Amino acid sequence: MSHEHRLRFKTLVMVLLMMVCANTGDLMLARGMKQIGKVVISVPGLQHALWMTIQNASIWIGILFLIGFTLCYMTAVSWADYSFVMPAGAIGYAIQTMLAIVVLHEVVSPKRWIGVTLICVGVLLVGQTKPNTTNVAVLPS
Amino acid sequence: MSHRVLLMLIFFVLCNTGGEIAMSYGMKQVGEPQGFRPMALLRFVWAAARNRWLWVAIPLLAASFYSLLILFSWAPVSVVIPASASNYIVGTFGAKYLLKEDVSFKRWMGVALVITGVAIVLRTGGH
Repeated sequence: MSHEHRLRFKTLVMVLLMMVCANTGDLMLARGMKQIGKVVISVPGLQHALWMTIQNASIWIGILFLIGFTLCYMTAVSWADYSFVMPAGAIGYAIQTMLAIVVLHEVVSPKRWIGVTLICVGVLLVGQTKPNTTNVAVLPS
Repeated sequence: MSHRVLLMLIFFVLCNTGGEIAMSYGMKQVGEPQGFRPMALLRFVWAAARNRWLWVAIPLLAASFYSLLILFSWAPVSVVIPASASNYIVGTFGAKYLLKEDVSFKRWMGVALVITGVAIVLRTGGH
């Protein structure tokens, strides 16, 4: 296998891992928050919610997966161009919606799917940009 | 969609984008690490720790994480996650007007699609 093929293969594996970690992390956070119940916006309500989130195992598992996502993301962009890694982020919105249906049994209307599709295409376009358009030296301290 | 979900989403997006812009601005001032030896990395971490923009970024990113948790307790994942793409809208305006980056026509088109998509998603849920 040539160096380029090997690089492409390992980047693809890392991007897949990145997507698994991000989606699982968000799902675990959502599951944990559903277990805790609706947060009430008041000082005692927020204190209670904070205490409950600290004690909730799903939240901690979610945080671990999101740390895993950050590490995979940093590794993937160190191996490949941002424009190669970025589409995974856009497709993630659709995958997350799919997982919400399958895992959390949420009902998603065709209208919401249209919205999700527009967001995916929009995020893809936003990602098609140069990685650096500024001159670092001119930034004031 | 309830007003509290919309308000919390706005709070989440402002904290998240503000935190990321502050982090990006701070890291551009700090610059790249001069190599990956322990001393070079320590110097890099020390320079980052002394940068005031990073100390602006950290509480903002913590607030954005907590507000995301609150959103998960109030609305379905299939609404919260797509709606969180609003970051790209505020992020693009922040990149253009605060970081003085060049924003292409293509990117503005993407922002327009994200605005439309988020508006549709929010109209279908978030009770």
